[in-house]
Amino acid sequence: MQYGFFFDNARCTGCKTCELACKDYKGLDASRTYRRVIDYEGGTWETSPDGSVTQNCFVYHISLACNHCSDPACTRVCPTGAMHKDDLGLVWPDATKCIGCGYCTMACPYHAPVIDQVSKKSSKCDGCRERIATGSKPICVEACPLRALDFAETSELLSTHPECASSILPLAEPEYTHPNLFINVSDAAAYASEHGKGHIANYDEID
Amino acid sequence: MDFKDETTLSRRTFVKGSLAGLALAGAAGSAALYGCTPAEEKEQSGEGAPAEEADQIVWSQCVVNCGGACALRWHTKDGKLLYAETDNTGDAEKLQVRACLRGRSLRRWVNSPDRLMHPMKRSGKRGEGMFEQISWDEALDEIASKLTETIEKYGNEAVYINYGSGVGSVTSRVFPRLMNLMGGYLKYYYDYSTNMMQAGMPYTFGEDWTDGGSKFSSSMSEAKNSDLIVLFGNSPAETRMGGANIVYDYTQVRESGPRIISVDYRLNESSSGQVDEWVPIRPGTDAALVNAIAHEFIVNDQVDKEFLDTYCIGYDEDTMPESAKGQNKSYKDYIMGTGYDMTEKTPEWAAPITQIPADRIRSLASDIANAKAPFIAQGWGPQRHSNGENTSRAICMIPMLIGQIGLPGTNTGSREANPDGIVGGMPKGDNPVKTSINCYQWLNAVDHGEKMTAAKDGVRGTDKLKTGIKFIWNYAGNTITNQHGDINKVHEILQDETKCEFIVVIDTVLTDSARYADILLPDAMRAEQPHMAGNGYAEYYDGVILGAQAQEAPGEAMREYDIVSNLAEKLGKKDEFTEGKTQEEWIEELYKKAADADGNMPSWEEMQEQGIFKRELNPVIGLKDFRDDPESNPLETPSGKLEIYSESLAEAAMQMELEEDEIVTPIPVFDPGFQGYGSVTDEYPLYCSSFHFKGRTHSSYGGVDELKQVCRQQMWINPADAESRNIENGDMCAVTSPAGTIRIEARVTPRIIPGTVGIPQGAWHDADMTGDRIDNGGCINTLTTYRPSPLAKGNGVHSIIVQVAKA
Repeated sequence: MQYGFFFDNARCTGCKTCELACKDYKGLDASRTYRRVIDYEGGTWETSPDGSVTQNCFVYHISLACNHCSDPACTRVCPTGAMHKDDLGLVWPDATKCIGCGYCTMACPYHAPVIDQVSKKSSKCDGCRERIATGSKPICVEACPLRALDFAETSELLSTHPECASSILPLAEPEYTHPNLFINVSDAAAYASEHGKGHIANYDEID
Repeated sequence: MDFKDETTLSRRTFVKGSLAGLALAGAAGSAALYGCTPAEEKEQSGEGAPAEEADQIVWSQCVVNCGGACALRWHTKDGKLLYAETDNTGDAEKLQVRACLRGRSLRRWVNSPDRLMHPMKRSGKRGEGMFEQISWDEALDEIASKLTETIEKYGNEAVYINYGSGVGSVTSRVFPRLMNLMGGYLKYYYDYSTNMMQAGMPYTFGEDWTDGGSKFSSSMSEAKNSDLIVLFGNSPAETRMGGANIVYDYTQVRESGPRIISVDYRLNESSSGQVDEWVPIRPGTDAALVNAIAHEFIVNDQVDKEFLDTYCIGYDEDTMPESAKGQNKSYKDYIMGTGYDMTEKTPEWAAPITQIPADRIRSLASDIANAKAPFIAQGWGPQRHSNGENTSRAICMIPMLIGQIGLPGTNTGSREANPDGIVGGMPKGDNPVKTSINCYQWLNAVDHGEKMTAAKDGVRGTDKLKTGIKFIWNYAGNTITNQHGDINKVHEILQDETKCEFIVVIDTVLTDSARYADILLPDAMRAEQPHMAGNGYAEYYDGVILGAQAQEAPGEAMREYDIVSNLAEKLGKKDEFTEGKTQEEWIEELYKKAADADGNMPSWEEMQEQGIFKRELNPVIGLKDFRDDPESNPLETPSGKLEIYSESLAEAAMQMELEEDEIVTPIPVFDPGFQGYGSVTDEYPLYCSSFHFKGRTHSSYGGVDELKQVCRQQMWINPADAESRNIENGDMCAVTSPAGTIRIEARVTPRIIPGTVGIPQGAWHDADMTGDRIDNGGCINTLTTYRPSPLAKGNGVHSIIVQVAKA
């Protein structure tokens, strides 16, 4: 069994409700997050002699937590086996085995694991596995005002959203870890892919 | 089949990127893995594991006047908040009152170490924030005696209840009720959100125009029947953010297929993920764009003359009122260069003003004229300028000129329809004082109230004020400074304690306004008391949430209802104020009253069980009845029609004492206005405007660290303007206007038009007011100038000129 996230990149307006709902539920302060929202934008301007302007700007957002990859980088580098995939395909660190070395935080191309500064152990999105066990969705999914997130078995997500991609700029190529992330690609992301020249606009908000 | 292949093959082009940029965070992280300070360590407390199991789940609501009123379900244990869920009842794809990022951060505010815990009395100068703790008895005694003394000495007109909207609840904002029992108080009219619009729109649409009521506007859901949506300064993704609010209706409308065009100075979040829908415009010049569009309608014979003759007054000579006939005062004369300013409003005329190329204006006009059902809607940004009265009316000219009003899929140019609401609040009683001022004029009334007149200052109910304001109530609001205009000026005027003698502030944290309190009282939050409120005014459904107390208020913080009841007792008015009822009893009574009137709401007992009631509403078309039968459904204008030329406004303008550079016109013209287009100088070469920001509702939530970290207070500046100033993304900058200076981080982004910088409103003012007064908090109202607009006498404050430099 494998669970994964669906993310509607065409719907997302970058409001970050998912991130703050997660922080509230998981008790994470400003210094730590399990989900982040990337602002990705680009475009250039030209000014005419009469002062009028033309542009080709775009912006889109990516809400990103752990993608519970089929071939996770974090589990590969974990020296103790603490970081593991469970029966639902969810990836999370077993605190009893974690030594807080931080290799997982460096290996993950999505920056999902973070070191808990108090326990000195790895911590991350675990798909709200205790909520899944009771039939609820993860807190972020139930939070999204636009219903742009979902979480379910990958077979179900694939049948509901057959046109999905598993990466858009600037995410890593899926071949690295085979993320269970199903993205409905926005026009702006398609445009960025074709024309390039986009960039992450909010590093300070996502580190 | 391998899912990986299926998804990557068809989307091969999307997989080129990497999170190389994000790797910065990781690289830093490896060095900083254990780099936190002991203080941070304490804060983190090793949470992050699954939340503890709740022993109770309690309904409550986020009610801070964003236009929504979202559901919160507090999960509590041993009477302490653990975390919040939101509305998860019913079908997730349909009506769910899902809270936004702010509501989901409310626990941080409720449990903030900065909560006010005790009544306090000022011990330093106003604005210094120095207070000493006193008892409730002392505080209320002092307020009661000062209030009585003020009324005896100056009369009830000297007492003012300041605008504020940081809490909404059926038993909240009860200070007017107390004051009415005390002989009344000086009232305000309009509000800080829609001030200019409220002054201008009734002249076109009639006396009963409100800020987008369901009679005059279509619901966003009606736009499903539109093929072209044109939004002027209207971003539901930033101002209508909840899951039952317009942003979700808008999302569904978008997916139903109409083309969307966003006229805005920023590529706003409502255009996230889209291409080719942004038409960048210089702020404050929307009316110039409208003029050029109108010009194109006229020269291309796209005007619906039959509609204009039947439903409108003043498009051309044929429908001008007698008093204005034969004087080239019609709208058509104005547009075609034979009237008012004798200038033809061609797209070439508008291009340098608006920064929109003439060809783009032509194609926009053509698209609108050729649309089957254009849905034109404005937000409240365009009108929050020094020329906002005209701008708001001008935008409505677009659908009017082509007869696209009152028909399926169309809108009137106003903001989207509001529902009427199904629960009411505690009755406020009657105010014996009939005098009122614009809500933005209170500072003038403190400074020189006795000189303020109807003709010059918009005083209503009398020719002139008898007295200045001597006593101010300020409940759950921040419009003394932070959300007013020109904070430095407010500070100076309030220093003179012979002008305003006494200020009472009731709030939950030390807002910047609270620093000016003479007595400061700690308020309980909604999570700490029984509560009831309807859905937000912008949310297009009928709803009620019945909240309960989830946690005790901290320290001596007290519920507003109890504060006012106790004060009423000191003033000998307790029985009249409470009518012998507790807050809980008022809520029950008000619910039952609403349910009786409605006929289709749950019983009180059922409601106590379910906590939330919600009911979908059918889409509505603005002015449909009028369109269907204008004879039977006349508007409340003097003519009963849509007044493009307003004779009553022409007459009113004759009575006004205006400044030399101010105009009030009977037709909606483009006038740059104070600090508007053309006012930049060598000293202040950039325009500056403001916008509502996801991290705050006005200034509410502005102290929450978790929000501040992911919604950084940054000035948006175009790469061209940044480059010429050697400013790089993330640089700390000084922004200076004629009114003051702020320090703020630069967000160098192509998402803003060149020549204008944009600053999110509501950041908490943070300046040494006895020193350099440089505002390190980046509050926009350090930069705004206190100059009431010509017609409304309101806060057209987002016309600003500035200079920006690397700090």
